[in-house]
Amino acid sequence: MTKELLIKNACVYDPLNGIEGEVMDLGVKDGKIVDPSEIDESKAKVIDAEGRLTMAGAIDIHAHVAGPKVNIGRIFRPEDSRRLQVALKKLGPRSGTGFSVPSTTLTGYMYAQMGYTTVMEAATPPLMTRHTHEEIRDTPILDQGAYTLMANNWILYEYIKEGELEKAAAFAAWLLRATRGYVIKMVNPGGTEAWGWGENVHSLDDPVPYFELTPAEIYRNYAQINELLGLPHSIHIHPNLLGEPGNYEITLGSWDAVRDAGVDPDPQLGDREQIVHNTHVQFHAYGGDSWATFESRAEDIAKYLNRHPEVTVDLGVVTLDETTTMTADGPLEWELHELTGFKWANCDVEVETGSGVVPFIYSPKNPVHSVQWAIGLEIALLTENPWQIVISTDHPNGGPFHRYPRIMTWLMSEPYRQEWIERVHDWVGQRAILPTIDREYTWTDLAITTRAAPAKMLGLSDRIGHLGEGAYAHIAIYDIKPDEVDPSRDYAEVERALEQAWLVVKDGQIVVQEGVVVHEVTGRTYWVDVKVPEDLMEEVQRDLETKFRRYYSVNLGNYQVQPEYLPREERIEIDARDRF
Amino acid sequence: MKEVILTPKERPDVPLEAEVITPDEFAGRDPEEILSLTVHEGNRERELGDFFDLEGRPGDSADQTRIIIDDDVDHVKLIGHRMTAGEIIIEGNAGRHTGAQMRGGRLVIHGHADDWLGREMRGGEILVEGNAGNYVGATYRGEWRGMSGGRIHVKGDAGHEIGEWMSDGRIIIEGNAGIMTGIHMQGGQILIQGDCGARPGAEMENGTIIVQGRAEDILPSFRYQGTETDPTDETPGEYHLFQGDYANGPDVKGKLYLNAALNDVPR
Repeated sequence: MTKELLIKNACVYDPLNGIEGEVMDLGVKDGKIVDPSEIDESKAKVIDAEGRLTMAGAIDIHAHVAGPKVNIGRIFRPEDSRRLQVALKKLGPRSGTGFSVPSTTLTGYMYAQMGYTTVMEAATPPLMTRHTHEEIRDTPILDQGAYTLMANNWILYEYIKEGELEKAAAFAAWLLRATRGYVIKMVNPGGTEAWGWGENVHSLDDPVPYFELTPAEIYRNYAQINELLGLPHSIHIHPNLLGEPGNYEITLGSWDAVRDAGVDPDPQLGDREQIVHNTHVQFHAYGGDSWATFESRAEDIAKYLNRHPEVTVDLGVVTLDETTTMTADGPLEWELHELTGFKWANCDVEVETGSGVVPFIYSPKNPVHSVQWAIGLEIALLTENPWQIVISTDHPNGGPFHRYPRIMTWLMSEPYRQEWIERVHDWVGQRAILPTIDREYTWTDLAITTRAAPAKMLGLSDRIGHLGEGAYAHIAIYDIKPDEVDPSRDYAEVERALEQAWLVVKDGQIVVQEGVVVHEVTGRTYWVDVKVPEDLMEEVQRDLETKFRRYYSVNLGNYQVQPEYLPREERIEIDARDRF
Repeated sequence: MKEVILTPKERPDVPLEAEVITPDEFAGRDPEEILSLTVHEGNRERELGDFFDLEGRPGDSADQTRIIIDDDVDHVKLIGHRMTAGEIIIEGNAGRHTGAQMRGGRLVIHGHADDWLGREMRGGEILVEGNAGNYVGATYRGEWRGMSGGRIHVKGDAGHEIGEWMSDGRIIIEGNAGIMTGIHMQGGQILIQGDCGARPGAEMENGTIIVQGRAEDILPSFRYQGTETDPTDETPGEYHLFQGDYANGPDVKGKLYLNAALNDVPR
């Protein structure tokens, strides 16, 4: 175990601390960043970074990496395991397989290899969350957190329908605790519940069967619940009609619905500015009314973002690979299965959510896929403020996470994009505007959209996403010198460097050297423990006993995730008692 | 064309994985280099020379190289894996996955071939004088893209599920075939000159299966289209034509021809 580390001559990009390419020393002691003067050079391990690009460990705000549907993807796609097989000691101490749905070990290794140290699991069905935590525990190196699916939950719907917002909030707090979850995750609000009847919702005013709530009402109430509880992250939404031509209108309408809730960002931890985070926005930015008239509406999306800093997004870029789609959006996966004819897995999670899994082949020769590819990049480039953007593929839906370096390089190099524009379908020139955009991300933009912005959005910028004193010592150094390369021109070199970090430090330990995992550490699991007024919680507890007897196939006592499932929990304690 | 003759010597307890035995790997190499190519015995890396003696020299390119294996190699997997040109002649029996993912060239087996012959083949030609095992020209477990080109000719019988997920190319079996011939077939042609086991063409969506002998248990999800005379030049005579497999939807175009003289139309 290395106790102290001194990294000399690092070329640091650290937007949260206003550092842009300054060559400096970094001290690491007991897993945290300290002033280099505190390090005793005679005892410490000293590393000379020789001016290499250095940033905080990167953060993935939205990826499907652990839990039952990820595992269904692994089980029903042996052909995917076959595509990427990593033998013992090639990438790290253990072996692993899987291109788009890698095994837990390989997931940890490949993220660490790229300099990622925090990865949030995007969707966990509450009833099956033990499985999610088991896989998180099994994933080496990474700090993680699970997003608890709530947008199709009967109990929340009933409270909202009865006008009991405070009880709904108390139940949401209970659910976060029961699942050791981090976020109120909303997937196709109303639609997944309607899918239980073989239906979907098609507009923000389309009522959910039986409950008669509309998606617009669900957004308003959930946004209020989120700010009442003072959660570190905002509501994290996957709007209705993902992937359908013309869906940009319902996306913008959803953001309006959240704004109609009349809430301001009010976290008890951190200083996020958003009241809603729209994940994988690329899939929600489509124009046209059919596949024949399909087109990019990235401009409308970016225009809205430029006017409204209270909305943030992650991209969900399509990388034009063969991949595996998986989501709690049950009806969507049925449509993908009908569209492709590929195998399909579906699951209804009683009372609370559902899910589906279907393989997908994005092809550069396909006009729609090519436009999808352009849209993700367009939104990143047309949105003026990078603090509203996080790089993602909605792994594995738009493509596997190990393509992130390619996305970063596309954003940093207009010539690299042009090279791809020539390879993809002509529609990119007709139905999208990517070829006319010449903006290129700077190193600072890159550091914001992969580190600083997600840390801030998650409310964790006091501890991750930067390299200031007191931050967790998560450091990624790449074998590239910012003063010697021009990313626009030297894009191949940049992509290669970002794929394989030269050095990665996690919690003060060196975990990756020259692209190979040399040491595994146990990641922490973030979760939010919210205290609500005791009498309110007692009432909700009484309700739950009845509701569990009536609706669930499991007992209340067997539902909650035991602490043993989180070997290294990081509990975010929030006292919301005087907020009610 | 130059020749390399391989003679098997030590026979390991577990099957040997030797995907390096191809004209592509051998071409342009000295005999010593060829003998030091890596093969896998279980999880151990060994050298080809531990298991084979070698005579002759390869050509400068794959298409100038013929590999002759002068005895049984039914314990060796993956001979001819991904070969693009040249020839391999196996004088005895061949092991599993022979000619897997083959793209070109010619592979002749004078004995019998084990399972997965020509798995996921894309081009080239395979000829087997004896019988072949299961999964001739099929795909691998869980995969849904099979043989997409080339030609496999088996003079004897073949096992079950041949041409699974096949999308193009041709498989000819002079003898009998097992059950579920052409399962999930998407294109190409399978010709069975003998009899064929139960449920040919299960879940096929396109392509053609012709059975010149008897076929068992035609699935009820195939629709009878009447008789057709001489469906191909090589298959003269009267045939019952079935289309299917309608279990897979209304737009399937799979064609199943059964010799009318030997098969009744199921009711």
